[in-house]
Amino acid sequence: MDALLLARLQFAMTIGFHFLFPPISIGLGWLLVMMEWYGWKKNDELYVRMGKFFAKLFALTFAVGVATGIVMEFQFGTNWATYSKFVGDIFGAPLAAEGVFAFFLESGFLGLYLFGRNKVSKPIHWFSSLMVAVGATISAFWIIVANSWQQTPAGYVIRNGRAELTSFYDAVFNPSTLIRYFHTVDAALITGAFFVAGIAAYLILKGKEIELAQKAMKLAVIFGLITSLLELMPFGHEHAKQVARTQPEKFAAIEGLYTSQPQAPMVLFAVPFTKPPELKAVVEIQGVLSWMAFGDVNAHIKGINEFPRENIPPLWLTFVSFHNMVVLGMFFIAITLYATYLLWKKNLFEKKWLLKLFTWSIPLPLAACQLGWMAAEVGRQPWIVYGLLRTADASSITVSAPEILFSIILFGCVYLLLGALYIYLLVREVKHGPEPANG
Amino acid sequence: MDLNSIWFWLVGVLIIGYAILDGFDFGVGILSLFAKNEEERRIHMNAIGPVWDGNEVWLLTGGGALFAAFPVVYATVFSGFYLALMLLLVTLIARAVSFEFRSKVESSSWRRIWDWAFGLGSLLPALLFGVAIGNILHGVPVDTGGNYLGSFLGLLNPFSIGVGLLSVVLFTMHGAIYLASKTDGALQSRAVDWASKLWILFVLLYVVMTLWSWLGSPFLFAGSMKNPFFFIFLILLVGTIVYLPIVIKSGKFGRAFFTSSLLITSMLGQMALSLFPRLVPSSIDLAYSLTIYNASSSSLTLQTMLIIALVGVPIVIAYSAFIHYVFRGKVEITKESY
Repeated sequence: MDALLLARLQFAMTIGFHFLFPPISIGLGWLLVMMEWYGWKKNDELYVRMGKFFAKLFALTFAVGVATGIVMEFQFGTNWATYSKFVGDIFGAPLAAEGVFAFFLESGFLGLYLFGRNKVSKPIHWFSSLMVAVGATISAFWIIVANSWQQTPAGYVIRNGRAELTSFYDAVFNPSTLIRYFHTVDAALITGAFFVAGIAAYLILKGKEIELAQKAMKLAVIFGLITSLLELMPFGHEHAKQVARTQPEKFAAIEGLYTSQPQAPMVLFAVPFTKPPELKAVVEIQGVLSWMAFGDVNAHIKGINEFPRENIPPLWLTFVSFHNMVVLGMFFIAITLYATYLLWKKNLFEKKWLLKLFTWSIPLPLAACQLGWMAAEVGRQPWIVYGLLRTADASSITVSAPEILFSIILFGCVYLLLGALYIYLLVREVKHGPEPANG
Repeated sequence: MDLNSIWFWLVGVLIIGYAILDGFDFGVGILSLFAKNEEERRIHMNAIGPVWDGNEVWLLTGGGALFAAFPVVYATVFSGFYLALMLLLVTLIARAVSFEFRSKVESSSWRRIWDWAFGLGSLLPALLFGVAIGNILHGVPVDTGGNYLGSFLGLLNPFSIGVGLLSVVLFTMHGAIYLASKTDGALQSRAVDWASKLWILFVLLYVVMTLWSWLGSPFLFAGSMKNPFFFIFLILLVGTIVYLPIVIKSGKFGRAFFTSSLLITSMLGQMALSLFPRLVPSSIDLAYSLTIYNASSSSLTLQTMLIIALVGVPIVIAYSAFIHYVFRGKVEITKESY
């Protein structure tokens, strides 16, 4: 196998695995801030114990996130040296800023939050939980800045055979940064909401710490509803509009628009085939895509046929990942909306099937995150920096295929083990449940 | 001083900060391999439990800063040292998860696995840290295009392994002093004993490696000897080395820790000074070396990054100091502990 393909596989594997953990940390981090707030302000022992319980799960998640995150910081240099030299003038700064503004905050205050409960005052302890969540959220910002610059580069000039910075502001706030940031962070908040809701539902079903679990569930369900609605409108919608304007090839690929047309249809369901690219068993509504993307039913949208063949992203994967993400997003709205209605009717906790569904739904926002990320990254191909540098020209020239293969196998085994241990310990901890009061 | 030089020293500060902070984590981790029972092992882990993760961020930030300021070095060194870096990452992963994983299950065979992960996950990074510095001091086969031409085994040359051992000894001594400040009783006196013995080993190794680099890499000394700072670092280094056993014996472990931190600072500072303005000397031809000028980012990027550093780093140091202050004093094993 050639080194390029292996390097891509390795990146996909390491980022894919790593990206399971930060969304939980960010979402759960903010829910912990709320739990600790109620625990402190209402002086409610139940919320304090809830915080302690979920903080344990947070610490476990955070540890695996940190462990797998270190790899990412170095992988651009190890596997993508040509890319690193080409973009280093711009791409390195957000990574360094992430360290200075986010990682120190997150990890420093996590120590204080986990181990300082009896060493500092309540306000400072709450503040440390806030700083953990803020740190995680700032960290996401700088990573999205770096990645968005790959999608819609700005604030640079090509000079000395590389991209050189001309405006830090323009590079940071390039056309896709802000909307992608909101879209991604909100996805993380949904992930946190379903994590807490699913675990609380499990505790209720098992009859463990029912009062605590019901309060946690209530918090998570309402939080989940708000964040799921926001993800559709405005974040998802605005993000799609941005892609339609700045990356038309990606837009055509994810929407399955293979021929240019006015009154472009919104595809609700289809089975994509690739050679030649076409959709079968299509359910679509004429004109809706034109209207959604450009506010005009008659707007002409470029299809895949209008782009040079060498600039077209993989069609099957982008279409499938994007559409399944949307389906999951709709599911999140439906289930949290129904659960909120039942909360209002005061009989959510009697609906055993729904509680079970919540528990089984814990991984679904993670799946949506992965699918969305796939649509974003595969949709950018064949470019590593859109319009500037092709992925094929970006890998390390001094690293051989066997070396990469070796490291793929190495990290594959390590990650498999980490993933299995994480799930094993998480389930164990959840089954054990919150520590009893005054224990 | 121009921007490129400022960034040379800022990256240096990050590396020194990392060596001082994660250095004692590594030392405590290595010493945990010699702990006598479960309680002692837990004391080792919890001595660094609340702070090790923040300490490791110095490495991540150092990597980011290197990428931002000297992307050619970041790309050349990391792709060149490929397999060594992959091994380093795996060992850092093992240490990172060992804290959480170990404490979650009470079986002794389970805990033994994570004791090894913690110990080896501290020992190997400490060794590789030194091996990496050894290779830089020794010179690396880099061609005119800034590409690494060596092999994995080429990195494991005797000189670099020597520096690796020096770094293991130094960090273990540093960690032993830290451990002494966090414990009492039998464990504390053993830590003191370790620190004193390792000091002797350190002095021997340091003398050998200095002579070796004098003979093997004369370019390190050619320019730097004219710099007055070289002698300031030297005086500081000799002073801290001489003072260290005295202060350890006196039982003032806070002061001893500060002294060994200063020792690390002056030693790495002197190495940095010897390299300046080179970042990666080429062993093929010194003229091919990556320097702070031919490997750097544009001046606008360096300027922007400097602002980020000047705004961010003082805040980081302030709250990090506060957090270390909160966890001062002896280790207490409580319900929250690992």
